[in-house]
Amino acid sequence: MIYNIPYIAVVCLILIGLYALVFKRNLIKMIIGITLIESGVNLFLITLGYRKGSIAPIYTSKPEGISIMSLPVPQALTLTSIVIGVAVLALMLSLVIHIYRHYGTLDVRKIGRLKE
Amino acid sequence: MSIPLPEYIPALIVAVPLLGAFLTPLISRINDKLRNIFVILVLGLNSFLVSILAYNIFTKSAQEPYIMKYVFGGSQNIDFSLPVVRILFEVDAMSIFMAIIASILVFVTVIYSWAFMKENTGLDKYYTLLLLLTAGMLGMMLTGDMFNFFVFLEITSISSAALVAFWTHKGESVEAGFKYILISTIGALFVLFAVAILYGQYDALNIAVLSNAIQYTFLDKIALVLLIVALAMKAGMVPMHMWLPDSYSRAPATVTIALVGATLASLYGVLRVIFTLYGNVLSIPAKFGIPVNVLIGWLVIPLAVLSIIVGVMMALRQTDFKRLIAFAAVAEIGYMFLAIGTGLAAMGTEYGRIALEGGIFHIINDALDVGLLFLVAGAIYYATKEWSLNEMGGLARNMKYTTIFFVIGLLAVAGMPPFNGFASKLIIYESTFQLNPILAIVAILCSILLLATFVKVFQSAFMGPKLPKFKDVKEVPRSMLFAMGILACSIIFFGLFPNLILENIVRPAADALLSNAQYITTVLGGA
Amino acid sequence: MFTIETGSGFWTPLVWVIAIVVAFLVMYILRMFGNKSYKKDTEQVKSFLSGNPEYPKEQMQIKASNLYWGFTKSMEGFYNILRKMHTGNASDYVLWFVIILAIFLLIEVI
Repeated sequence: MIYNIPYIAVVCLILIGLYALVFKRNLIKMIIGITLIESGVNLFLITLGYRKGSIAPIYTSKPEGISIMSLPVPQALTLTSIVIGVAVLALMLSLVIHIYRHYGTLDVRKIGRLKE
Repeated sequence: MSIPLPEYIPALIVAVPLLGAFLTPLISRINDKLRNIFVILVLGLNSFLVSILAYNIFTKSAQEPYIMKYVFGGSQNIDFSLPVVRILFEVDAMSIFMAIIASILVFVTVIYSWAFMKENTGLDKYYTLLLLLTAGMLGMMLTGDMFNFFVFLEITSISSAALVAFWTHKGESVEAGFKYILISTIGALFVLFAVAILYGQYDALNIAVLSNAIQYTFLDKIALVLLIVALAMKAGMVPMHMWLPDSYSRAPATVTIALVGATLASLYGVLRVIFTLYGNVLSIPAKFGIPVNVLIGWLVIPLAVLSIIVGVMMALRQTDFKRLIAFAAVAEIGYMFLAIGTGLAAMGTEYGRIALEGGIFHIINDALDVGLLFLVAGAIYYATKEWSLNEMGGLARNMKYTTIFFVIGLLAVAGMPPFNGFASKLIIYESTFQLNPILAIVAILCSILLLATFVKVFQSAFMGPKLPKFKDVKEVPRSMLFAMGILACSIIFFGLFPNLILENIVRPAADALLSNAQYITTVLGGA
Repeated sequence: MFTIETGSGFWTPLVWVIAIVVAFLVMYILRMFGNKSYKKDTEQVKSFLSGNPEYPKEQMQIKASNLYWGFTKSMEGFYNILRKMHTGNASDYVLWFVIILAIFLLIEVI
């Protein structure tokens, strides 16, 4: 049962992130919501690689007493995803700076003026 | 008769724009015109590589489907029974079909932006981002690996969001860029979630290995729904389409055509997931004895019909020129999804296969038509600095060639003979009629409403009395006319010889989608 | 290479082009039977508006938002619903995504 806690945490993170995206009005809070969803997906990726009683896959010869290593492929995927997340976060924050300079407010309902 | 090609051509097709993107800021320090010529040369070389690879694949596909595979970082005989961790590019007829569309669109964009973007500063960043966008789009279409697809999807969305917000002195462009990157990131994160679910079950990221090993368990159903909904949101299906008019209308006109290419690449992702990744389980019964393909097909078809209706109805009321064309693009995406849904729900019958062919033919027709309309909108903005239809009038006297191109684009988008829109829409009408007559009736009615919309644009922008404030409006420069001429000649050529395209290009692509056996045996070596 | 065959019919653009060319020829021959002489700069070239005075051109032009008035007025109920759907809010876009995801998950999985 205790090995299922990361998966429950993943679902909770994604749901909190979606709540922040849909119901909050400040642009910075929406960006924090996206960061929460991304953290949830990264946690899910890295939990997939764990095997019970394993050690980090960084040794070239097997140390004594340990018989298995955890999978290295999800760790590579997670590193790629974290780097992409940093780039997207930098782009979104610089666009928010420009929006604040033009409109003077960060309220989503006030800057979405073009209807129809 | 085929040309002997080196086996690393798919990697070159993605690597050449990437190298060009990193060299462009260096060259633009020397001279501006040199940078423009360098970008056109890079994209010309890329289009040449795509066309010779396409010639190879389509001529060899006459006898049996031919798929070209390139494995990164190793010799070709790798033991694929172990867990496969190589990234590989696998190019079949559908991939190279989409790559032809992407390279035509970006090549026309660069020729057009020689004159269109001349007064803007920061043009080295513009060309760098455009080349990165090309590399991202082509990588998304040529890859054979799910995580690689996610990485190229993110590259495409980041560079196109930065291009949408290019005019930073206007507040609305920056806001449209922010909304675009928000929606793209959410879609891409859910795609990554689904890829992680599939990896956790089968310990493989390769599309061929996954589609060989997939069974329809509970987690696979969740992954399928997540992938379809996230990629359909990026492709612009109603009711998740609302980012599309905002970002298409506030970007510069050349950027919009590149965005059309990125939207079609997400549509290619939907096709690849449904037909190739889940191809082996499409006929097993899911709920209440209904097979999987009928269930997914009848989930996609109502949303596609809603796309057509909402797109056309909203387009009739707009007064902003590019926003109107963007809503018409939403309606055209609805036609493609309608054909794909019919091809799914009726898989195995003759009219289902013809519906899929019509949908794939409509992809290339719609890219050319909507591209030409956006270029005309850009030309009018360049000449008169107006974007609202209420202020324009009587422009046909000053800009004769632009009017002719607009008339060609109008008739092609509305599906009038003898242009190419009619050929693909006829196939869609006739095959969806055999599934359910109401679908074909709605499609034909909305096609007529689309014609009404563009006749309204033609009357208010080009016809009418000569207004004194447009007295000294001249024709646009020759590079823009040349770019529009390439698209118009392609439209007329595709309309007069439709069977040439249908037999040699569209039919191998549809056959490659419908049977994924060849896709699997190319990687796994015959089993 | 001119005809495409759908499952239940066929379409040839060449016959259509020949028909249009013949129609244009007939139109041109009929136009050549007309009267070519007119007096320039007299009353013959001005536009006739049933006796009403002709205003300057900007006031005479029908603007784009007034075309198709009958269509938009009669479908006003439908358009009000559509206009309320298309707000500019970024969080409403995510809400529609979550709604469609929930509907698809309910139908497909459970």
